[in-house]
Amino acid sequence: MARDREASQSPQQQYTVEELVAVNPYNPDILTDLENYVNEQVTNQTYSLDANLCLLRFYQFEPERMNIQIVARILIKALMAMPAPDFGLCLYLIPEQVQMEEQFKTLIVLSHYLETARFRQFWDEAAKHRSLLEVIPGFEQAIQAYAIHILSLTYQKVPRPVLAEAINLEGPALDKTLEYQVANCGWVLEKGHGRDQLIVLPRNEFNHPELKKNTEDSMPLDHVAGIFPILG
Amino acid sequence: MASSYDYEDSSSSRYAASDAGYDPSFVPDSVKTFVVHLYRHIREKNVYEIHQMYEGGFHRLSDRMFRDTPWPPVEAIAPFVDNDHVFCLLYREMWFRHLYARLSPTARQRVESWDNYCSLFGVVLHGVVNMQLPNQWLWDMVDEFVYQFQSYCQYRAKLMNKTEEELQLLRQNDQAWNVYGVLNYLQALVEKSMIIQILEREKEGLEQFTSTDGYDYEGGSNVLKMLGYYSMIGLLRVHCLLGDYHTGLKCLSPIDISQQGVYTIVIGSHISAIYHYGFANLMLRRYVDATREFNKILLYILKFKQYHEKSPQFDQILKKNEQMYALLAICLSLCPQAKLIEEKVSAQLKEKYGDKMLRMQRYDDEAYAVYDELFSYACPKFITPSAPLLEEPLINRNQDAYRLQLKLFLLEVKQQQLLSGLRIYLKLYSTISIGKLATYMESDEATLRSLLSTYKHKMHAVNNDGSIISNADLNFYIDEDIIHVVESKSEKRYGDYFLRQILTFEDIISKLDRVKFD
Repeated sequence: MARDREASQSPQQQYTVEELVAVNPYNPDILTDLENYVNEQVTNQTYSLDANLCLLRFYQFEPERMNIQIVARILIKALMAMPAPDFGLCLYLIPEQVQMEEQFKTLIVLSHYLETARFRQFWDEAAKHRSLLEVIPGFEQAIQAYAIHILSLTYQKVPRPVLAEAINLEGPALDKTLEYQVANCGWVLEKGHGRDQLIVLPRNEFNHPELKKNTEDSMPLDHVAGIFPILG
Repeated sequence: MASSYDYEDSSSSRYAASDAGYDPSFVPDSVKTFVVHLYRHIREKNVYEIHQMYEGGFHRLSDRMFRDTPWPPVEAIAPFVDNDHVFCLLYREMWFRHLYARLSPTARQRVESWDNYCSLFGVVLHGVVNMQLPNQWLWDMVDEFVYQFQSYCQYRAKLMNKTEEELQLLRQNDQAWNVYGVLNYLQALVEKSMIIQILEREKEGLEQFTSTDGYDYEGGSNVLKMLGYYSMIGLLRVHCLLGDYHTGLKCLSPIDISQQGVYTIVIGSHISAIYHYGFANLMLRRYVDATREFNKILLYILKFKQYHEKSPQFDQILKKNEQMYALLAICLSLCPQAKLIEEKVSAQLKEKYGDKMLRMQRYDDEAYAVYDELFSYACPKFITPSAPLLEEPLINRNQDAYRLQLKLFLLEVKQQQLLSGLRIYLKLYSTISIGKLATYMESDEATLRSLLSTYKHKMHAVNNDGSIISNADLNFYIDEDIIHVVESKSEKRYGDYFLRQILTFEDIISKLDRVKFD
């Protein structure tokens, strides 16, 4: 069934790629547009899970059209989207024998370290595969943001070495980042009990569980409504 | 629900054509009466009678006369129904459904059934349809369409025992049950029916849909509208079969499944929507969402299954029921949420999976094996959508998709395997130093810190809008080197409990009032 074919002929003028995906979720005519869009996301440091899943879907339907380089880029962008589960969502759509390729095996190992918060191992492994990751602007920063997210769920106060390991910064570079975070994100530096500096992370309901609204005792109205006639 | 009729494709078996004296195109009187009446009721838009014949009569006749033979071919009955084109398409749709359920379709029949769906949906999409059909039938159409697609993908991927003739047919009919075609039909039904807009307008009070169960009391046709509605559930299912859980949930999103709705009228559609919704959320690590809906529907089935005992779908209801208990066991093992589970469901779960859930709490290979077993038992029948390579050597690829999903799921389990051990320790302390806990857990500090962060990461899902939602059963935070555990008391929901008791008590009182003593 040829749906909306005319729409895909000159997409640049009339439609954004996001709109194209929304209108043609099952029309492989937009495959090339989507591949270009992946590269665009890399260059412009933007991200669209829906568009990328749509492309992986077309590859899944027509494996002979699969472009391995594009798949690798999608996966790296998905790693950068953590803590969202996007990397896993992409893997679900990539045939197992493709996942056996060296660069994908590397990415799967990297994802495994991130998923299990083993940042030391992650950065060590990432350092061995510079050529794969360096071509994606913003990779390091994205992973650092994820590490900081995880630490803020876990810690009220995190020792400096733990933070340093998680975001892979030391000495003056770390000082500069801390300075920035103190000025912009509400971090506070403190002297710890030992030799280490402590970083007080912003309060949220996850590292201050008492902030969480207690909804457990409340009961929805429609449950109570059942006994109204009896009360009356 | 045709979802998992568990027959294997033995494509070479033909129905009992060799029986002496068997004439496949003979039309018995009872069939003649059946089609004539059904045709008349459809013309008269008598939905009630159509439903009776469709749900009752058709299955009774099948049981009595067509246990292991197909119904008479459409050409044989056409003269009794004015050769009505649309009726013939509907008849063939039932004819194939019966064939798939009771016999083994041949390669050619699979292709013919696809062609019939194309014609039928073509009429609905591009013609003028003024019929009114029961929701049950329209649901079955969408459900069977997806089922036959799934079945074809399985059949096509098993190349090893195919005859040359079958391979030839596969080569010739590469468009039959093509995944683009299937998805585009469902999508076209959703779009053309304007169902998403209808549901939107209903929220603003501008349209009636739910309150009339999707029917049009003014006499208009419900066919396109309901096919569009059910196609959203069909799309969810197809995407789950493909491993595309995110997109699947997106297709379902116009339906608010936290509420009663038209999808709950037909039990097959209700179960299919929730089963796939829950499964997709499980794969997206949104355990609480999955647990909540599984709990609700399992309670519903527990209450109402007795009313479906005579239904042709009863076996399917029971099977999906069992599968959803298995999925619930998985969810609760990965993310304990006992307070979300109703007593009755909890009791059933304990009876069915109590032992296995205990074993899943351990962090050894045995736990792993149980996750594997439950997942394999309860997962959808994943498919490989691409056309097979019809070149030597011919190999079976029908298990590939399942193996991939299983492998990725078990990887997730592995990443979470140490968390259940961590939980046990955290429950024992209100504060403990990282060093001490590491010693107890026979680990080192760095590993324990990673484990604590892993717990936080795995128990916090990212919502569609990017916000973080907590699925944590137990809370803690770390202040430098000290873990502080915040006890979230597993508070019993006394409120609900009392409400139920009040209602039960009131019921007893009113019954007692009615008792008259002589």
